Amino acid sequence: MAGLPTTLLAELTYRCPLHCPYCSNPLEMVRAEGEISTEDWKRVLSQARELGVLQLGLSGGEPLVRKDLQVLVAHARREGMYSTLVTSALGLTRQRAERLKAAGLDHVQISFQDVDPVTAERIAGVRSVRQKEEAAAIVRDLGFPLTVNVVLHRANLDRLEAIIAMAARLGADRLELANTQYYGWALRNRAALLPTREQVERARAIAEAAIREYRGRMQIIYVLPDYYETYPKPCYGGWGNVYILVTPDGKALPCHGATQIADLQFVNVRDHDLAWIWEHSPIFNAFRGDAWMKEPCRTCPRKAVDFGGCRCQAFALTGDAANPDPVCTLTPLRRIVDRALEEPPLDGAYVYRWLSEPEGAPAVGEPAG
Amino acid sequence: MPIASEVPVALGPEARPALWRVARLDYDRVRQRPVILYPEGALFINETARAILELCDGNRSVAEIAQVLGDRYQADVLADVVEFLAGMRDRGLVQVAESGSPPQPGA
Repeated sequence: MAGLPTTLLAELTYRCPLHCPYCSNPLEMVRAEGEISTEDWKRVLSQARELGVLQLGLSGGEPLVRKDLQVLVAHARREGMYSTLVTSALGLTRQRAERLKAAGLDHVQISFQDVDPVTAERIAGVRSVRQKEEAAAIVRDLGFPLTVNVVLHRANLDRLEAIIAMAARLGADRLELANTQYYGWALRNRAALLPTREQVERARAIAEAAIREYRGRMQIIYVLPDYYETYPKPCYGGWGNVYILVTPDGKALPCHGATQIADLQFVNVRDHDLAWIWEHSPIFNAFRGDAWMKEPCRTCPRKAVDFGGCRCQAFALTGDAANPDPVCTLTPLRRIVDRALEEPPLDGAYVYRWLSEPEGAPAVGEPAG
Repeated sequence: MPIASEVPVALGPEARPALWRVARLDYDRVRQRPVILYPEGALFINETARAILELCDGNRSVAEIAQVLGDRYQADVLADVVEFLAGMRDRGLVQVAESGSPPQPGA
């Protein structure tokens, strides 16, 4: 039996001015004409609140490219949800930010790619640093709580101390330091993004010290690099337990990477009520409970902690979403992750995120391993 | 985790707590419970907790909050208020100014 969901991630669009090679969006993305309408989203937000959702992430792509963003924010506020704008900040002018404030937006999360502008813009694929800094100042000025988000990888991990200082200088209330999770574009770029064990160990010590140092001033969330962990991460509190993601074209998913799981029957919010999707759809029930688990998960005491890890990662790396997450050292499948860690690095050889591949880009291939 | 080994700091009666500025107190009509909403989180609380938090404005001291609630419930609630707010502070959901003087309006 399903509990009540708490969180909806609304991916409003795949359009984005940035081209970060670690994007968690799928390799194949719908264009603007495939996006669901304002009325569709308003209905989804109301249904989500009725179902118990309290947290709304407005994400993408870049959500600011949707002209109806403040309409959706106002609707979410009327329904009683806490809304977060998850943004690159490109396009976040003072006027736009003021309108979002008036509409009732609660919180703004701005991504920064690095503290060094050259490497930041090499990852983003566009000039963006100054606009981001200006937007952060506007956000603070208007009294919004601010989260700075930085995705960590081989090319920026060694500047972690300076990155943390940058977030403090920007006046962040929260800093999310997210080691790259290898889905979508990030999986494709894994060999160029994976840090070394030495980098990871040094970063962990810096992050732990900073969490203590900034306590009470800036909350620091450190998302672990799961390839270097002993056990997998609990994926959004377990499949279909608390979390719903809706894609720009209206697919309702229990997890970011679920579009990649080939044998799932996808359901669309244009065809079904969110309550039905949550309670009865095959996709949301596919990995609830533990009847689907294989060994060693089925008899493992940790199944109550991490639910066997991430189904999308299990599928992406093994071809079977019911397998244990290969990050787990208790499964022989761990050799797949270990092999990835031993691969020679491809420094700076990024395949950038585009809505469709530019001419001459390499074909989409299976991840090595 | 290193954090767990830290000695908890007591919360003095002069401390002036305020809900973390990122968080918002609300009521969930679906679950019919008061709730603290904050980025990526929702903490369901009871009516007593809500009564305490509604008085945490960064100006009132812990002693003053306990006084208001003590008058309301006709009981000495200081120890309970201190314990609750210390727990909330340790979770990062309440911020505390330790100085004797309240923050200036508009500061």
